[in-house]
Amino acid sequence: MITFLSIPIVHIIVALVILLAFIGLNGVVLVYMERKVAGYIQRRPGPYEVGPQGILQPVADALKLLGKQLTAPKGADALLFWAAPLLSFAPVVVCFLPIPFGPISTGMELNLGLLLVLAFSGINVFALCLTGWGSNNKYSLLGAARAVSQSVAYEIPLLLAVLSIAFQSGSLNLSEIVQSQQGLIHWNIFLQPLAFIIYFISATAETNRAPFDLPEAESELTAGFHTEYSGMTFGLFFLAEYAYMIVVCSVASALFLGGWDGPFLSGFWWFLLKVYILLLILMWIRWTYPRVRFDQLLNLCWKWLIPLSVLNLILTAFFIKLV
Amino acid sequence: MLKDISKTLTGLWSLIVGLKITGKEFFKPWLTTHYPRQEVSNLNTYRGHIELVGQKDDIRVPKCVMCGKCAEICPSGCIHIEFHIKGEEVSEQNEKILIGVGVEVPFSGKKKVPEDFIERELDVFALNYNLCSLCGLCVQNCPVDSIRFSKDVYLAGRSRKDFEYDLLERLRNQG
Repeated sequence: MITFLSIPIVHIIVALVILLAFIGLNGVVLVYMERKVAGYIQRRPGPYEVGPQGILQPVADALKLLGKQLTAPKGADALLFWAAPLLSFAPVVVCFLPIPFGPISTGMELNLGLLLVLAFSGINVFALCLTGWGSNNKYSLLGAARAVSQSVAYEIPLLLAVLSIAFQSGSLNLSEIVQSQQGLIHWNIFLQPLAFIIYFISATAETNRAPFDLPEAESELTAGFHTEYSGMTFGLFFLAEYAYMIVVCSVASALFLGGWDGPFLSGFWWFLLKVYILLLILMWIRWTYPRVRFDQLLNLCWKWLIPLSVLNLILTAFFIKLV
Repeated sequence: MLKDISKTLTGLWSLIVGLKITGKEFFKPWLTTHYPRQEVSNLNTYRGHIELVGQKDDIRVPKCVMCGKCAEICPSGCIHIEFHIKGEEVSEQNEKILIGVGVEVPFSGKKKVPEDFIERELDVFALNYNLCSLCGLCVQNCPVDSIRFSKDVYLAGRSRKDFEYDLLERLRNQG
């Protein structure tokens, strides 16, 4: 069995299947968590009726989405319209491959794992761009235009923040980066707090989460890029959004919070705990701040985050040379 | 430059203050009432459809003196009153007197009851709640405080008929 698993293609396929199940399960948990957090922050119970404490609500939602008819608007570019949700969801599974969940539980050990995550998460923007073009709807087009300019802008500080960690640990392999921060005081968040803050803000913007959810701003653009999608095509965008949230939080906990390393009993549970704490903070932020204006969004990126991340990178390089 | 930086720092601090507020709210108890299982307790200020007020000694008999002011002032015309003079038999035919415009008040609480006072008895006090705009003019204008707003919050019906009330019958059932 173990020799069979060591064949690369089998290994990848098994890992992808496990990761798909992981994404599906986490999607359900996150939808429930998001709605409960929203409810509690607004002093109401949130989902409550389906199952005990409403725990089956996301399952009911998923079944509803599965049962709905798929329709394309008149004049839509059929190929692009139907390809976009698949293109949005497919790359996210690959993003999970190099993430070190535990000391031995990594989908695939890759020397350029970090690069793989960044490259494949970039494809999502392309999918959003296709929805805007293919939907034949002004709101979709506006949403897609916003998504593209937002993602292009925020990928720069994100990359620069990640790069300073890569400089410091001298590797793009996520497992090695985790191994380089064994012990609480060696966690990168204490060495590079600025990089962490920049990474987290950029990641919020990259995943189109509030307060940076301009591509799907429901009060301005009906539903933004996914206005014309219904049923499971919408479900795929939805799942992809939550999956990307898990990806950015997983990368954040691997890069900055020591991954699976904990004060005691290190293991994958520490990794999951850190990921879920970061996800909780993302939700907390979403239900606290109002949406920013588009000029504010770009000003924040170009005037503050990019200069600060460049400064951080230069300082990191300088100190590495010094030490 | 320094001004910009201090402005940014205070801005950042305000973000943390915001998080603190929502973070505190997260742990506070719910404010909502879970309707089918719980009901709101404070209905004092609720203005439901109107209802008749009973007399002190017999709560099943309304204070109403059949002056017709409520029916007269109602802008939507949703009150309909019929009565007969006590002692006279109410025949099947049309002997009920319909109150219209210009009917005077027989007596108010303070005045002495005149000797030639004819006691009246209420036959019908009907409310068509479909038309009511809850303006409260009838409640304001009733000289003997025989009308008040009810606290019927949980109203549901399948047809217009369900909202045509016989308030006299309602009062009798309450008593």
